[in-house]
Amino acid sequence: MDKIWLIIKREYTTRVLKKSFLLITLLTPLGIGLIAFIGGYAASAKSSTKNIAIVDESNIINANNLESSDAIYTLLKTPLDSLKLNYQEKGYDMVIHIPPYTNQDLTEHQITYFSKDKLSIQNISELERKFRNIFKEYKLENSAFDKDAIAKLDIKIKLENALINETDDSIKGDKSSKYSSMIATGLSYIMGFMMYMVIFIFGTMVMRSVMEEKINRIVEVMISSVKPFQLLLGKVMGVGLVGLTQLLIWLLLIPLIVLGVSAIFGADASSSMVSGADMESATQIMNESGNDITKFVTELKLMNWWLIIPVFIIFFFGGYFLYSAMFAAVGSAIGDDIAEGQQLTLPIVVPVILAFIMIPSVFNDPDGPIAMFGSMFPLTSPIIMPARLPFDPPIWQVILSILFLIAGIVLVTWLAARIYRVGIFMYGKKVSFKEIGKWITYKG
Amino acid sequence: MNILSINQVDKNYHNHKAVDGVTFDVPEGSIFGLLGPNGAGKTSLIRIITTITGADSGHVLFNGAPLDENTPSKIGYMPEERGLYKKMKVAEQLLYLAQLKGLSKAEATKEIKYWFEKFEISDWWNKKIEELSKGMQQKIQFIATVIHRPRLLILDEPFSGLDPLNANLIKDEIYELNKQGITIIFSTHRMEQVEEICEKIVLIDKGRVILEGDVSEIKERFKENKFQIKANGDLPKIYGSDAFDVLEEKDQEVIFRVKEGHNPNELLTALINQGLQIKAYNEMLPSLNEIFINQVRG
Repeated sequence: MDKIWLIIKREYTTRVLKKSFLLITLLTPLGIGLIAFIGGYAASAKSSTKNIAIVDESNIINANNLESSDAIYTLLKTPLDSLKLNYQEKGYDMVIHIPPYTNQDLTEHQITYFSKDKLSIQNISELERKFRNIFKEYKLENSAFDKDAIAKLDIKIKLENALINETDDSIKGDKSSKYSSMIATGLSYIMGFMMYMVIFIFGTMVMRSVMEEKINRIVEVMISSVKPFQLLLGKVMGVGLVGLTQLLIWLLLIPLIVLGVSAIFGADASSSMVSGADMESATQIMNESGNDITKFVTELKLMNWWLIIPVFIIFFFGGYFLYSAMFAAVGSAIGDDIAEGQQLTLPIVVPVILAFIMIPSVFNDPDGPIAMFGSMFPLTSPIIMPARLPFDPPIWQVILSILFLIAGIVLVTWLAARIYRVGIFMYGKKVSFKEIGKWITYKG
Repeated sequence: MNILSINQVDKNYHNHKAVDGVTFDVPEGSIFGLLGPNGAGKTSLIRIITTITGADSGHVLFNGAPLDENTPSKIGYMPEERGLYKKMKVAEQLLYLAQLKGLSKAEATKEIKYWFEKFEISDWWNKKIEELSKGMQQKIQFIATVIHRPRLLILDEPFSGLDPLNANLIKDEIYELNKQGITIIFSTHRMEQVEEICEKIVLIDKGRVILEGDVSEIKERFKENKFQIKANGDLPKIYGSDAFDVLEEKDQEVIFRVKEGHNPNELLTALINQGLQIKAYNEMLPSLNEIFINQVRG
C-alpha cells in the first residue's frame, strides 16, 4: 500500500504542479466568465435604446401603443421624402413608414423601414409582432365583436406533474412544474457531457502516462520495485485525483465568476449563458413573468440532490476507473509507434461516443428502452445513468446499475492488468487485437 | 554460501521456450557473468530472479529462501532497457525510486548525499533529467540501482552507451561494491568485459546452460596446448621433434601446438637444443570470446 501511495503522490504532484495544469485550471473558468461577460454585454447592448421615427399614414398608431423599453418611438408628421434624407441629423436611427390602411378586410399590410444598416431577423420579427398587435387591437375595436369576450376566449394551459410515489401510490404533491423538466433536461445534459469529458481527458492522460514510461524505458526499472498492478493502480488513482482537483476548482470558480458577471449585467447575463433549444425556451418562459427566477431557483432546490450528487460521484469514479484501466492497457500495447497504435483506442472510443449520442433519447424518454439499456451496460452507464438521474429513475435501477458497473470495473481492470503487465515489455512489434488477446492468457 | 540458487527453471512464451531447465548457483560475494547471445534467455531469467515474472516450473532460492515480495528490495537491477522520468528533478527522482525500494525519506536523502559527493555532482540536485547528458543520466541510473544498498546487484549490459571514461568509473564502483560484500551478476554478450571483471560465468544459449564455471578453469578446459615463442636470430628450418606441430611462423615468432601425450617442456628442450635464443615463451589460452563462439555455434 505504501508503494501505491508513493506512486499516487508522484503521479498527482508532477501533474498538479505543472504550469500547463495551473493555466488550464484557472483559464477555463476565466474563459467561461469571458463568454458570460460577452453574452451579458450583448444582452445589455441589445437593450440600448434606439431612436425610431415613425411616419404613420394609416393613423392607427398613437403614442400610447408605442410605449416600449427597448426603443424610443417618435410619431412624426414630417413628409417621408425629406425625413428619409435627414433622419440621422435629427437624431434618429431609422425611419418606419406605415402606408395608409383603408380596407380593413385586408389580412396583409406592408410597412417599410429606412436605415443605413439592415435589421437582424430577430429585430424584424420583433417589430412585425409589435405592429401586428397594434393593428389587431385597432381592427378589434372597429369590429362588432366585444373586446372583453374575445379576450376571454384565450386560455393558458399549464401542464404540471403531481408525481406519484412508487411505493404507496400516494401523491407527492405539486412538486414539479415545467421548470423541473427544464432543469432536469439541462442537468441531464450537463452531467452526461461532464462524464464524457472526464473519460476522454483523464483517460487519455493515463494512456499517455503509461506510454511515456514505456517509451522512456523506465518501466522495467519501476517493475523491479513494484508489481505492475500496483503501478497501474497508483497511476489511475493519481491521475483520477488530478481530475477531481480540477473539477472541484472549476465547480468553485465557475459559479463564482458567472455570479460575478451576472451581478454586473443583471439576470440577462445568466439567461444568455444558457444555450440550445431547451434553454431558449427556458429564457422565454423566464421573460414571461416577473418572479420566474425565484420559481426557477425554488425548483432547482427541489431537485433530489441527495440522490443526484452521491450517485453522480459514484459514477464519476466508476466511469473514470473503468475507462482509464482500458486506456492504460491500450497505452501499454502502443509503445513507440504512436500513430500505428491509434487504432487500438477504437474499442474504447466507440462506446463513449455511442453513450454520448444516446443522451438526447434519455431526456426524451427517461424510462424508455434506450435509457434503460444504456444505464445498465457498464460501458455506457457512467454517461447515461448520470443523465437519467435528474428524472428520478427507480431506485432499484440505480442500485442495479451501480452493481453492474462494479462488476464491469472488476472484470475490465483484471483484463487491463493482464494486458498491461505483458504490453509494457513489448517493443518494436506491431500489436494486433489478436496478439493482445493472447497476452491475457500468459502466465504471470 | 550461495546467494542465488537456480534449479530446473523453465519459462515459456507461447510456443517459445525462453528458459529451458536452467540450473546454476551464484556464490555470495562473487562477480558472476551471465553470458549468452542476444535472445538466449538472459533477460527472461533475470526477470524471474527479480520477481518481475514467475517461472513456469523449477524454483529459485535467494539466500536459501524462496523468492517473495521482499526479495526486490534486496536486489538492485539495472535493466538493459533503462530510463528515467525526464521531467523529474535528479534528487526527487532518486528519492522516489529509493522509497519504492523501501528506504525511508531520511535514509534515502542520506544515501543521495553520499553518492552525490562521491561522484562530485552535488550541483545536479535540482536539475531535471532531460537537462543532463546521456553519460550523466547513466550515472544517475547507476545510483538509482544501488541506492538501497542491495545484497545482489544485477547489471544487464551496464556499459552499453557509456563513454570509456564513465565506463571506467562504473567499473571501479562495481569493484568497490563487490569489496563491500555485494554479489554482482553481470549480464552481457561482450566477452572482453566478462574476462576482465568476472570470476565465474554461466553461458546460456537458446534458453539452456551450455557452459558453467570459473573463468580460469573454463579457459584451462578449452585450451588447445598452443604456445607462442619469440626468439632472437634466424629460426631453424627443422625442429627435429614430433612432440609438437608448427601452426604459424612469422619473422621471429612461431606458434606451436604440443601434441597430446607430450609435455610443453619437450618443446622448450627441442628449441634450446636447436640453439635458439628464446626471448619470450607464452601459453596461448583461448579467449572467452573464442570459447563463446565455438560453443554457441556448437
